[in-house]
Amino acid sequence: MIRLEPAGAEALLLVLAEQPDAQLPQRIALLAERIRGELGEVLTDLVPGWTSLLLHYDLMRTDHLELAERLKPLLERWLAEPFVAQAGRLHEIPIWYSGEDLAEVARLCQLSGAQVIELHAASEYRVGAIGFAPGFAYLGELDARLALPRRATPRIAVPAGSLAIAERQTAIYPHRSPGGWHLIGRCPWSLFDAARTPPCPLTLGDRVRFRSIDERDFIREGGQL
Amino acid sequence: MSGLRVLKPGPQSLLQDAGRRGWQHLGVSPAGPLDWHGAAWANHLLNNPWGTPLLEIALGGVELQAKVDTWVAVCGAQVPLSLDDQPQPLWTRLPLRKGQLLRLGFARSGQRAYLAVAGGFIAAPMLGSVSVQLREGLGQAVQAGDLLACRPAHFTRAASVPWPYLPDYRCKPLLRVITGGDAASFEEDQLQGFFAQTWQLSPHSDRMGARLLGEAVQPPVRQWSLGVGRGGDSGAAGWSADHPAGRPPEHGRIPAARLAAPARSGAPGAMPGALSAALHPCQHWRRAG
Repeated sequence: MIRLEPAGAEALLLVLAEQPDAQLPQRIALLAERIRGELGEVLTDLVPGWTSLLLHYDLMRTDHLELAERLKPLLERWLAEPFVAQAGRLHEIPIWYSGEDLAEVARLCQLSGAQVIELHAASEYRVGAIGFAPGFAYLGELDARLALPRRATPRIAVPAGSLAIAERQTAIYPHRSPGGWHLIGRCPWSLFDAARTPPCPLTLGDRVRFRSIDERDFIREGGQL
Repeated sequence: MSGLRVLKPGPQSLLQDAGRRGWQHLGVSPAGPLDWHGAAWANHLLNNPWGTPLLEIALGGVELQAKVDTWVAVCGAQVPLSLDDQPQPLWTRLPLRKGQLLRLGFARSGQRAYLAVAGGFIAAPMLGSVSVQLREGLGQAVQAGDLLACRPAHFTRAASVPWPYLPDYRCKPLLRVITGGDAASFEEDQLQGFFAQTWQLSPHSDRMGARLLGEAVQPPVRQWSLGVGRGGDSGAAGWSADHPAGRPPEHGRIPAARLAAPARSGAPGAMPGALSAALHPCQHWRRAG
């Protein structure tokens, strides 16, 4: 059952599921592509979430009622069709597991630092949403043994490239920014650059693995201390 | 290329156009002018299409020297405006000759003034827009010594905005809120409390959001990230042009046209009230600009 809710005067929120699951990011990516094709210029922006898709539309050309009518057949087809797993692009991202909170995370999870690193690097993740800041990709699902609530007090500034975890998600802060997640490592790569095409290497539904590197490799790969 | 030389940049002056559309799926906010009414009139007075690059000037304090013969218009916040020390009207297009000094004092009411130039300022777009977004590292605030590039232009006569369209930035705005989003998950008394009180605009408001101070509203818990729309409201914040793409729980939306009110009148301490509003009339006002 899909729920359509106006989100302000110029956006329509499609609530596609009540709970996120492993297939949803890929299915939402597919739906987003079709909606782009169907609506064209009428659509000004499109923001996927773990369970939702927010459509910003041009109020001069349409409204939420007309959009709902236009999208109905497309959504029905999407709901009914069987899920075909797409391999999705695989990114292997180097990480120097040296984050400020690594010891604290290990303590809270009753693991050793090495175990935290091993568990984090063992999983394959999917990009479920990109937001909060340019190129900030929410990756899931983090091993349950590493799940922690966000820090009680967010940091005012987190260094660019910080690898962080919170709840069942992990992410890299592409730029220096405020942040409330636990920092467990650093990525030497730039994950958002407006001058590059595309500006962000990750897209919704992509697969991500992490490769543990040391300080020397971090610097060799372009990381800044 | 010639243009206007910046002698004093003011506390925060940013180039803005219609905003950066189509990049929110990568977490890039739309940016664009906060006060659409002021920005639209400044451009319109110069026959520039909507979204022509202009300068959004927070609080005022700007001094520019013309290196070109052109025409300009300043709309928005009530700033003292002078040309070679001669006072000039706002909401009016004015000739500016090479060598002349254009000065904007500090705002008496309102927060953001818009300086448009005939033909618009010329700048290289990033991701399809020249709009500066400081937090996302897209562009920079104007600095002393910068040349705001523009071409020479000529009009045969002056023109002003008709008086019914002149806003009074001193009046206390009433914010219309379209309930929606997580409204149903809020406790009833919490929602009523939101509408019953008068909110104060916090000095910590910025281009990302208008932060409203009042009695705390208890939000429900959210687990998963989802998209955010301009005008969203998180109990004490209305998302503005530089909003991020993930958001806290919310119980309603302030239509963007109304949200421009705290953004522009914005003297911290001004007291907006909140009123529940239906979606349809809000869409109508929004279209009417």
